[in-house]
Amino acid sequence: MSEIEATMQPVRNIGDELMSEEGARRVRRRYRADFRFRAYGIIAIAIAVGVLGILLATLIIRGAPAFVQTQVTITVDLRDAGIDPADPARADWRGIVADSLEAMFPGAGAAQARELRDMISGGTPFILRDRVIADPALIGTVFDIEVPASDRIDQLNKGAIDRDAPVAQRTVNDQQIAWFDTLEAQDRIATPFNTTLFVGADSRYPELAGLWGAIVGSFYALAVCLALSFPIGIAAAIYLEEFAPKNRWTEMIEININNLAAVPSVVFGLLGLALFLNFFGMPRSAPLVGGMTLALMTLPTIIIASRAALKAVPPSIREGALGVGASHQQAVLHHVLPLAMPGMLTGTIIGLAQALGETAPLLLIGMNAFITAAPDSMMSPSTALPTQIYIWADSPERGFVARTSAAILVLLGFLACMNAVAIWLRSRLERRW
Amino acid sequence: MLITYLPLVLGLLILYSYLMGRGRIRQRATAQSVRPHSQMSYYGLYVALWCGLPALVVALAWLMLGPAFVDTLVMGGLPETITAGLDSSQLSLLETEIKAIAGGVVFGEPAPEIAAAAEHLNRLRGISSTAMFVVVICVALGAIAFARTRVAPQFRARNSVERTSYWLMVLCSVIAVVTTVGIVFSLLFESFRFFQLVPFWEFLFGVNWEPQMPIRADQVAAEGAFGALPVLAGTMLVSLIAMLVAIPIGLLTAIYLAEYAPGRVRAAIKPVVEILAGVPTIVYGFFAVLTVAPWLRETGAAIGLDVAPNSALAAGAVMGIMIIPFISSLSDDALHAVPQSLRDGAAALGATQRETILQVIVPAALPGIVGGVLLAVSRAIGETMIVVMAAGLIANATANPFEAVTTVTVQIVTLLIGDTAFDSPKTLAAFALGLLLFVITLGLNLVALIVTKKYRERYE
Repeated sequence: MSEIEATMQPVRNIGDELMSEEGARRVRRRYRADFRFRAYGIIAIAIAVGVLGILLATLIIRGAPAFVQTQVTITVDLRDAGIDPADPARADWRGIVADSLEAMFPGAGAAQARELRDMISGGTPFILRDRVIADPALIGTVFDIEVPASDRIDQLNKGAIDRDAPVAQRTVNDQQIAWFDTLEAQDRIATPFNTTLFVGADSRYPELAGLWGAIVGSFYALAVCLALSFPIGIAAAIYLEEFAPKNRWTEMIEININNLAAVPSVVFGLLGLALFLNFFGMPRSAPLVGGMTLALMTLPTIIIASRAALKAVPPSIREGALGVGASHQQAVLHHVLPLAMPGMLTGTIIGLAQALGETAPLLLIGMNAFITAAPDSMMSPSTALPTQIYIWADSPERGFVARTSAAILVLLGFLACMNAVAIWLRSRLERRW
Repeated sequence: MLITYLPLVLGLLILYSYLMGRGRIRQRATAQSVRPHSQMSYYGLYVALWCGLPALVVALAWLMLGPAFVDTLVMGGLPETITAGLDSSQLSLLETEIKAIAGGVVFGEPAPEIAAAAEHLNRLRGISSTAMFVVVICVALGAIAFARTRVAPQFRARNSVERTSYWLMVLCSVIAVVTTVGIVFSLLFESFRFFQLVPFWEFLFGVNWEPQMPIRADQVAAEGAFGALPVLAGTMLVSLIAMLVAIPIGLLTAIYLAEYAPGRVRAAIKPVVEILAGVPTIVYGFFAVLTVAPWLRETGAAIGLDVAPNSALAAGAVMGIMIIPFISSLSDDALHAVPQSLRDGAAALGATQRETILQVIVPAALPGIVGGVLLAVSRAIGETMIVVMAAGLIANATANPFEAVTTVTVQIVTLLIGDTAFDSPKTLAAFALGLLLFVITLGLNLVALIVTKKYRERYE
C-alpha cells in the first residue's frame, strides 16, 4: 500500500500547481483504477491458491483417520473346536469366531448374533485361519488375537458417528455402542497405524482394503512406460534436433508431435483398447498394456523436453568436437548428449509423474477390475493407484471415503517425490551457459 | 518356462558379442600389424547390433503373430459337431471359453471336446514359446557368426554402426507419427462399423442420446438412439463454465505475476499455482463430488435454487480450477515476450500501469493469449475424470448450469467400462464419439497453432 501512496504523492503536488481541479480528480481516478486492477490480480491468485489449500486440507482432514485402524482383541478358544491338525483350513472358522464373540458377551442371545458379528471385520475368519495355519501350535489352546473392527465400529471409535443421533440415522445400534464401551473398558480396543492400507490389496471390506496391489500395478505400468518411452523419446529427439534435414517431412513430424501432446488422454485409451486389446489380443487389465498405452501418451512430452535440453547445449560444444575430428554422431552422442541428459531426465520424470496420475486410459483397458491380490507379473490383471482411487470413490461404504482420501494422499506423495527429484536434478546438474 | 529367460540369455549374448568383436579386431590387427579403420569398440558394437537387432525383430514378430496363429490352429481343430451352425460371435464366445479353461478358470463341467481343445491350446502355447526361444537364439547366434567374419582391420565398422544407429533414430521419430496414424485408423475403423449400423447424419444431428440397447429381444428397454447433439451440448456447457472460471482467474494471475509482482513474490507464487496443473484429474473429480457439489447444493437450497447433485456447475467450476495454470502460464509466456521498450514508451506518455497493460501489453500479447485459451478449451473438452465422477449420465440438452448434463468423454468411459463385446452399436458408439472428440480437439489445437504463429508480433 505504501508503494501506491508514494506514487500518488507527487501527483497531488502537481495537481496543486499545474492541474485544474477536474484534471487532478481524473488522475486520482486513474490511479484508483490501477489500484483496483492490481487488487483483482491479487484476488485471482488468492482464489487459485486458496482452492489448492482447501483441496489439500479437505483431503488431509478426510484422509487422516484412514491412516489408523481400530483393532479389537478377541479371545479365541480352540480347545474344543473340531480342528483337524492335518488340514486346519477346512475347519468351521466362521462358527469359531461366532462362538468366541458369544463367549465374550454371554448375555447376547442368538437373536443378536448377527449384530455381534457386525462388531468385527467380516474377514476375521480368514485372518484367524491364516494365523493358525502359520502357527499350528495354537490348536487346542486359548489365545488373544487382535483383529480389525468392522467399518461401523471403526467409524464409531473415530468419532465419525454421532451417538446422540436417533438409531435410524446411524449404522450402529445402542446395543453395539454398549458392547463397544464394554470392550473399551476392558482395554480391548486399540487404534494402531493402519499397515493394511499399505500392505493389503483391494477388498470388499473397507477395514481390510489396502493399496499394495495398486502400487505394484502402477509400478509395473510405469516401468514399462519408462522402458519404452525413454529410449524412443530420446532417440527421436536427437534425430529431430541434430540430424534431421529441415524439410516438409520433418516439419510434419514436428507438428504431429506437438498435436499428439494435446490429444485427450481418453483417446489414447481408445487406441489402447482397439489396438492392443482388440487387434493384438493382449490380456485385459494387464499393467503391460497399461504401460504401453501410457508410453504412447508420455512420448510427446519426453520428445519436447529432450529437444529443449539439446537446444540449450551451445553449438561451441558440437563445433569443438567436430574440430578435433569427431564424426557427427560422435560429437552428438559423446559430447552433446551427456550435457543435455539432466534436462532430458527432468522431462522424463515429469512425463512419468503425469502418467502415474492418469486414469482415463487405464479405465478403458480394464484396469479398474476388482482384484484382491497384488499382480505377480506384468501380464496378470491388476489395478493402478488412480484406478484404485476411482473404484474406492464409487464404493458406498463410509470407510471408503476416508480410504479414498488417504489413497489420494499416497498418490500425491508419490507425485511430490517425483517432482522433487526432477527439481533437484534441474537445479543440481543442469549447467547454465 | 524357458521363455522367461529369453531377455536374460539374449542380453548375455549381446554382451558376449560386443566383447568378442572387440577382442577379435584387436587380435587380427596385431596379427597383421595394421591399424584398424575404426576404434575397437565400433567392431564390438557392430557384432552386438547384428546379434541383437534381427533377434529382436523375430521375437517381436513372434509375439505379435504367434498367439493368433495358435488360436486359428485350435479353432480349426475343433470337431465339426461343435462348430456346425455357429456364427462368428458364437465362435468367438467359444474361443473365450476355451481360453478361460486353458487358463484354469473352469465353471461347471465343460464338454469333453472343449476340454480337449483347451488342453490342445495349452500344448500348442508351450510348443510355440519353446520354439520362439530356440528360433530367436538361433537367429542371434547365426547373426553373430556372420558378423564375426566381417570383422577385419579394413572393414569400416564405424560407418556401418553409425548408419544403423541413424536409421534407428529415424525409426523412433517415426513412431510418433505412427501413433497418430494408429489413433486415426483405429477410430475411423470402429466408427465406420458404427456408421453401418447407425447413419452418419443421424449420429451427428440426432437430438436423442439413449445408448441403452435391449440385450434380449423380450427386454423392455429404450430403442437405442444415437444422436450426439445433446451430448455435445453438455460438453459445451461444462467447458463454457470451466472457461468462465479459468479465463478471468488465469489471465489476472498471469498479468499480476508478469507485470506487478516483485521478483521474490513471483518466484514463490508461480510454482504454487502450477501445482494445480500437477494434481491428477481424478483428485479434482473426487474433490468435486465430495466437497464442491454438496456445498453448491446447500448454498442453492439456502437461496431457493434446486441444484442437481451432479450439476454441470460443480463439474465445470472444478474443471476451471484445473485449467487456471494452463491459461496463466501460457499467457505469462506471451506477456513476457512483449519487449520492455513498449512498457517504457507507455510510461513515458504518462499511462498508469493498468493503462499500459490493458492498452499496450495485452493487445501485443493477444495472439499468444488467444492461442493459450484455445488450447485450454481443447483441454476442457477432452478432460475425462472430473466429469466422469461429477457430471451426469443422462444426455440433457440444457443451458441451465444447475441441471445434470453428460459429456462426450463421460459417455465414452461409461459405454466401454466392463463391456468387451466389439460388435454392439453401444461400444462402437464410443469410438464414434472418440473420433468426434479427436477431430474437435485437433481442430482447436491447429487453430491455436496458426493464431499464435500467424498473428504474433515480431519485435527485433
